[in-house]
Amino acid sequence: MKHLLSIADLTTEEITQILDTAVSMHEVQDRQVKKLPTLRGRTIINFFFEDSTRTRASFEIAGKWMSADTINLTGKGTSVSKGESLRDTVLTIDAMGVDMMIIRHPASGAPAQIADWTDCSIVNAGDGTHEHPSQALLDAYTLRRALGDLRGRHVAIVGDLTHSRVLRSNLLCLRALGAQVTLVAPPTLMPSGVGTWAAADGIETSYDLDAVLPTVDAVMMLRVQRERMSGGYFPTAREYAVTYGLTARRLGLLQDHAVIAHPGPMNRGLEISADAADAARSLVLDQVSAGVAVRMSILYHLLAGEGDAQ
Amino acid sequence: MSRTPALLVRGADLAGGGAGDVLVVDGTIRAVGTDAAADAPEGVQRLDADGLVLLPGLVDLHTHLREPGREDAETVETGSQAAAVGGFTAVLAMANTTPVTDTAEVAETVLDLGRRAGYVDVHPVGAVTKGLAGQELAELGLMARSRARVRVFSDDGRCVHDARLMRRALEYVKGFGGVVSQHAQDPRLADGAACCHEGELSGRLGLPGWPAVAEETIVARDVMLARHTGSRVHVAHVSTAGSVEVVRWAKAQGIAVTAEVTPHHLMLTEAELAGYDPTFKVNPPLRPAEDTQALREALADGTIDAVATDHAPHVRQDKEHAFADAAFGMLGLETALPVVSTVMVAEGLMSWADVARTMSSAPARIAGLRDQGQGLVPGAPANLTLVDPTRSHTVDRALSRSLSRNNPWHGRRLTGAVHLTMLRGQVTAREGLVWADPS
Repeated sequence: MKHLLSIADLTTEEITQILDTAVSMHEVQDRQVKKLPTLRGRTIINFFFEDSTRTRASFEIAGKWMSADTINLTGKGTSVSKGESLRDTVLTIDAMGVDMMIIRHPASGAPAQIADWTDCSIVNAGDGTHEHPSQALLDAYTLRRALGDLRGRHVAIVGDLTHSRVLRSNLLCLRALGAQVTLVAPPTLMPSGVGTWAAADGIETSYDLDAVLPTVDAVMMLRVQRERMSGGYFPTAREYAVTYGLTARRLGLLQDHAVIAHPGPMNRGLEISADAADAARSLVLDQVSAGVAVRMSILYHLLAGEGDAQ
Repeated sequence: MSRTPALLVRGADLAGGGAGDVLVVDGTIRAVGTDAAADAPEGVQRLDADGLVLLPGLVDLHTHLREPGREDAETVETGSQAAAVGGFTAVLAMANTTPVTDTAEVAETVLDLGRRAGYVDVHPVGAVTKGLAGQELAELGLMARSRARVRVFSDDGRCVHDARLMRRALEYVKGFGGVVSQHAQDPRLADGAACCHEGELSGRLGLPGWPAVAEETIVARDVMLARHTGSRVHVAHVSTAGSVEVVRWAKAQGIAVTAEVTPHHLMLTEAELAGYDPTFKVNPPLRPAEDTQALREALADGTIDAVATDHAPHVRQDKEHAFADAAFGMLGLETALPVVSTVMVAEGLMSWADVARTMSSAPARIAGLRDQGQGLVPGAPANLTLVDPTRSHTVDRALSRSLSRNNPWHGRRLTGAVHLTMLRGQVTAREGLVWADPS
């Protein structure tokens, strides 16, 4: 593996390797001295053209705990905002001899394009409404810890699917691991053509959350951006919360063992109620915690190659 | 320029109508047929065209020459050279320059730049609205009455989406036999973020899409406005099967609508976007294969009147962005005929006579050009394009006469090549070289 651009580029075996390695990385978090020498002397640039808190912090911590030199760059104030082409900007950074660029970009496909332009390793840390592969891997890791083997498990992904990069990566990842997936959203927030491609990939779609919830082992709620309301995707926040929100009433529809996930940040009271977000079965903070371990595993597999992860 | 006072083209297939000779004297076709040589003056140059197809000079209804304003991407001179190499003898230069071609003065500037270059006739297209802003009509009448004699008006790049303004434009251009060429794109259905066809692929790639209906609703509205006003409307770069259906229906009703299709919409599909290569980012977007097939059939059966390149040069740095941020458009002048030859003629969908109709006479008629597209008839200006129909070649973007390199055909093998282009009896290009090149 040289790049992590899309879950589609990974085999099931590679996904499993990353998740398995993350188990041992997770133990580092419990140590007093959280430092592995694995990436000593390697330089990683966190190049974020779009605001991010948790993903950037998570990648930065992961790099530092593995002894890499990590540098943060933002799109604001860079040469791109001064009119330089993305290619020239990236080549400039590449020429400084970095080993890896972790790219967050508001445009779908940007990390894949950058990978074509440079020799260094590229990690897609979220590109537009396309993919967010490290998030999908940490979600799978978290679900696997809670539910065990995901083969045959039923996961509902609910919310603004059209604009969610988390959705596209999770679909690929969960399907690769053998999970059954149902997408739930109002028709206006279903991705274009989803009826065709979801069916071809063995994925079901539904507009009825109440009908789906009793059948799932996990429900993954996605953030609804409030600006979607002015776009006419749904009438009001109240209507959305009543129809598609994971309310206290809907918690009662879940099976006893079913868990709740949310990649954050959450809109409490819109797609998820406080009861659901803070429930014992909620994995929200587990996801954040797993994020560092999974990203350490990603850095290890891309930069360190074969050998002892410890 | 290599003056050719008298030239006898011998044994060419005359626009698919059988072999014959064409005698050109003083920039005019003097005689056509097997006995044309009888009229040849002493010392006439002879050109053996056995196996070649002779077409009336090609006319492009839709070219972006970028001058004035973006001379780093293209100038009238370099665009004219690319046109000549591509077999064109006239091009319509779109109005989205800087400043916009929305006054008689700018239109005459473009006209004069074209005359100075001398490779093709450059006819400026006038903007429909001031500054392409979609708010007020531009000085349509003054442009029409200027030396540029503007007859085609378009806000291309943008849609005249205000129905009342479109109605007024259609009514107004009737006064001087003009036509409004519409970039059909409802801005509410295809907002500023839209960068590709909306469908299964855009859903997978996470790219904001532009649904076919954004084009089709405007086409439908405009043909009804054309019927109401009794005016002529032209649909620029038709890209969907639904638009074709609307145009077909409108023509059956007797509504004065014409339409054009680009070579890239005839050959390329949205599948090119899978790698996010901005070279394939174009407006309107590449569509699924079903649309491509419908466009080919509509061009063959005459529902779509003309092929137009939408030649849109861009400098490297305007394309080397993330797909969503890169500029729209691709080159087309030099490859239009080879693409049509490959997709339509070699596949048996069109004859060379059909190529003459769709790439010369129809666009000339739509644009109201008097000296172009008249066919291979005695007395007509000797605007001619000689084609080698069997020659295959692999496109190399480095060889383009355009200043830009956003060429979607790079590395593709196409069948059919322009051998020679002649403007009023003067050779402007020959086998990829323009008249000024050392040869």
